[in-house]
Order: sequence, then C-alpha cells, then structure tokens
Amino acid sequence: MTAQQPTLALDVADLTVAYDEKPVLWDIDVQIPSGLLVAVVGPNGAGKSTLLKTILGLMKPAAGRVHIFGKPYAAQRHLVGYVPQRTSVDWDFPTTVLDVVMMGLYGKLGWIKRPGKKEKELATQSLQKVGMEQFAHRQISQLSGGQQQRVFLARALVQDAALYFMDEPFAGVDATTEKAIITLLQELRKQGKTVIVVHHDIQTLKEYFDWVLLLNVRKIALGPVHESVTPQNLHKTYGGRAAFLGTMGG
Amino acid sequence: MFLGLFSFDYTLQIVLAGSALIGFVAGSLGCFAVLRRQSLLGDAISHAALPGVALAFLITQTKSPLSLLLGALIAGWIGTLLVMLITKTTRLKEDAALGIILSVFFGFGIFLLTIIQKLPTAKKAGLDTFLFGNASTLLEADVYTMLAFGFIALLCLSLFWKEFKIISFDLGFAKSLGFPVKLLEVFLVTLLVVAIAIGLQTVGVVLMSALVIGPAVSARQWTDHLGKMVLLAGSIGSISGILGVLSSSAIPGLPTGPAIVVIMGFFVAASLVFSPHRGLLKDWMQARTNKKKIRIASVLLTLLRLSESHKNPFYPHTLASLRAVDATGVEKSLEQLSELHFVEQQGDLWNLTELGLKEARLLEQEWGAVE
Repeated sequence: MTAQQPTLALDVADLTVAYDEKPVLWDIDVQIPSGLLVAVVGPNGAGKSTLLKTILGLMKPAAGRVHIFGKPYAAQRHLVGYVPQRTSVDWDFPTTVLDVVMMGLYGKLGWIKRPGKKEKELATQSLQKVGMEQFAHRQISQLSGGQQQRVFLARALVQDAALYFMDEPFAGVDATTEKAIITLLQELRKQGKTVIVVHHDIQTLKEYFDWVLLLNVRKIALGPVHESVTPQNLHKTYGGRAAFLGTMGG
Repeated sequence: MFLGLFSFDYTLQIVLAGSALIGFVAGSLGCFAVLRRQSLLGDAISHAALPGVALAFLITQTKSPLSLLLGALIAGWIGTLLVMLITKTTRLKEDAALGIILSVFFGFGIFLLTIIQKLPTAKKAGLDTFLFGNASTLLEADVYTMLAFGFIALLCLSLFWKEFKIISFDLGFAKSLGFPVKLLEVFLVTLLVVAIAIGLQTVGVVLMSALVIGPAVSARQWTDHLGKMVLLAGSIGSISGILGVLSSSAIPGLPTGPAIVVIMGFFVAASLVFSPHRGLLKDWMQARTNKKKIRIASVLLTLLRLSESHKNPFYPHTLASLRAVDATGVEKSLEQLSELHFVEQQGDLWNLTELGLKEARLLEQEWGAVE
C-alpha cells in the first residue's frame, strides 16, 4: 500500500441485493477508511447481515461492486476476517474448541494440507487473547453462549486480518463477555485494524464505536457516531418507534 | 465356531470382505450426511439408483459388475443433483424434493425391471436382488469392483477431510475463506453416491440408506470427535455387514439387506439407550437423581421453616406435621437425611442437626432466588 493516499478499507458502490425481486439492500454506497471501529445499526430486516454476506461474497448482489483495500474481495481474502452469527452453526457438531479456531487457518493452509503444530500454536495464542485457552480441548457443545462467541472471535483473530466483519458478536452474551469483546475490538483498532460490527444496542454506540452506518434497506447515514446519530436519522432508520427513540437522550 | 463353519469357503470370505468394506464406506460417509442433516438424501440416492441398474442391463445386455455399478452411480447422482436443483430453483422444500425424486425414480426402476422380466434373454434372472439385496449372488468380480470404488471413496474422504469438515460445520465461513463450497458439497455427495452404489447388490435399494444413517447415529452417541466418529461408524457398518451376510447365508431365503439392517438396529438401539453422555438411560438416571435431591431438599427446608416459628432451629416435629406440608415420600427422605446426619430421630419426632441446619440455610439462599 502506498503511503500518500490512504486506501479505503471498504468501498461499496451502488450495491443492490434482492430476494425474489424484493430489494433487501438498495443502492448502498459505503466508504470506510481503515483503522476505525464501525457499527452497522438498523431494525430487523434492514439488511445488516445481508450487507456483510454480500461483501464477503456469500450472496450475489443484483448490482454494484465491493472493493476491499482497493481490490475485489476475491483478491483480498487474506486481509479479511469474518465472525458469522453464533447461531448460524450447529454447536453439537463433534469437534473441539481448538479445532474450530484452527478453521480460521484453513484458507491459508490451502488444499488437502492438514493443520499441524504451527497451526495449533497460533490457535492456542488466539484462544489466550479471548481468555479461553483452558477450554482448548473442550467439546463445543459444552460451551455457554458467551464462550461460543469468544471461540468465533478467536477463529477470526487467528486469520490475522486487516479488516474484520462481525455479525452480532454481542447477541446473547452476558455483560462481562460484552465488555471483554469490546476491549478486544478496541485493541484491534489500536493495532490499525478496521472492525465492522453488526450491532443492536443504540445506547452503547457512543461508548463503543468510532463510526456508525445507519441502515434500513437504504443507507440512512454513515460517519462519526456523534454526527450521524441524530433524532432525525434514527427516526428514518427505525420508523415511528418514538418510545424507543425517546430513551436515547443525547 | 460359527465362523469356523464357513472359513474354508473362499467365495464367502470374498463376500465377507466386500460387505465389510461396504459397511465401512457407507458408515463413514454417512457421518457427514447425518451431521449435515441430509440423512434422507441416502434414501433418495439408493432408490434413484434402481433405474440406472436396469438401464445399464438393458443397454449392455450383461450383468457385468462395472456397467451395473456405473448405471447405479449415474442414476443416483442424477437423482441427487435433481434434488439439489429442485430445492434451489423451485419453491419446494428439500423433503418434498427428496420424496418426489425417490418415488419417481424407484417407480421407473420397478417399471424397467418388469420389462426386463418379460425379455426373452436368459441372463435376466437376478436383477431383482437389487431390491432387498442378496450377498450370495456376489461374484468375485463384483467384489473387486466394489473394493476398487470403495477405496477410492475412502481415499478422497481422507484427502479432503479438512475441506469436508469445514463445509459441514460452517458453510458460510468456509465460503468466506474462498473454498468453492458448492463444488465441495457436490463432491461429498458424489462420494456418498459411490458408497451407496457399491452396496446396492448386497443390501438392496430399499434398505441401503439404513447402512448410511444407522452407524453414524450410533457412533455419534459414543464420541465427540469427528475422526473417531467416522472410524467408529465405519466399524459398526462393517460389523453389521459381516454379521448380516453370515446370518443371511445361515438362514435360507433371508435376504441380506434386512439381515444387515436388523443387526444394525441393535447397535442403534443400544447406542441410544446406553451411551454414557447422550443415552436415554443416563438422562433417566439424571432425572431420577435430580428428583430425589429436590425431594430431600424440600423436606430439609420444611424442617427449617417449621422450626423457625418455634424460634428454635432444632425443634423436633412429628411426621404428621411434616406430611401436612409435603406429602410425597417424607419418610424415605427423612431416612436419607438421617443417613447424611442432617436430621435426628427421637421416638416419633424429627429434628435438624447442626450440619442439617447449615445445609438448610445454604439451600434457602440458593432457592430463595428462585421462589
């Protein structure tokens, strides 16, 4: 990367995604500089997960393009880490915590090659970062919701990415885990990484994040939290839920 | 001894080796089908293979193992791809797609078999063994063909282990890493088609899916490790195959498929009941222990509460007054409590001990939040 002009971590242009002709995302433009902690916020069905999945190539857009550090995703996979929704997998799958974390290295390992000693070490280090090293050999069905989330985070950390996408990492975790996760995300940002997080709690936006993307099928606002989170923008994002907005204060 | 009866028969040895391999391949690949919630796919594949076998015979006019196997493979594979295609492009759900493909292909297969029966060729006999399986019709050449295909399937499974594992656990994540998940899914299903096709003559199209699902379901009960589960399922499949072939050759007229499936049924039932971590017996005993604990604890708490009104925690109570609060199994609970030295009996009266009081206070804290 050249130093003169900082490349955008994420550059989404004219993105439209539709299920059965019904648009879930409409004409989205998103440009996020690197080194920020960004929340993606919006009501259920706003297309938050769809946006992440489309950026990561898991869904095909009807129109538009996605660039990661200036190039299409397919060329930049090694720079990207992903934390899917915790509930998207079967936690009764017969495998261990360490095994799941090592899956973060499968892409770099390439075809057929199996993870070895080096991969085990990296995965263990990653588990240490989320405070789960003592669970390395635990069967994953024995984990609590918060522990499952930490395992998924560890799997993303082991990817050693520059840009992270996280789909609701705070869903169904206790307050202690939420604090631990946010500390970790802020640590990542300190190292110059960009973290984009689907989030549900408007109350904690200011405390946790630098930027926010307000989304409801269309992009409502994108920018620093204090500039973007205005009563008008929230009203546009969440429609007529005045009672909810009333709790926002300032 | 039982084995001794057969050990000199070379053909039987070959057949046993073949059925052990069939069981192993079906059992190990079946693990992935079960874990990916595609258990019923095996049933659709095996039924869909029948017209392939019949067509292969009609086209080649021989019962060469290779052509019949290829016929089964191709038809089973087309059936599977159709299920995937129907699920993807229409509004039908997967179970409906499976049901349609299974019945239509199977019906077509039976239709073709009936036509074959009416043909004036001499070699037609024996194709109907593909319905319920008959290991005694296996020839050496059949077994060698099965062995070759089975080994290739196992080799692919071990080579692409990591890839199959990640698409089975977390498809979306695998895709984000750049793995061609659609291709891998088709590849994995193709291996399942191979596993099923090589078993058809021995086990039959009707029951083949049991050999795919049963060993995997049994093995999952005993281990939480994918590798061990696959090896265990393979072994259960092998043992079922061997015992099934032996019993069907010992009992005249018993088709091999049902024999194998009945034996495997024992494995499944035993695993569901006796597994130390996931078994019904364990659940049942756990529930019983919990019930007992709760019953005893509630009597202990009753004693505490009753004595509180007397301002003396060790105040003795009659059985009748305890029963008035909590009728079920009070005597038994009191006996168990006195074994723990939590209560003392004096004639007709019961009172808490120091130890019992401590425990009751702890319980009160724990349960206080609940009530």
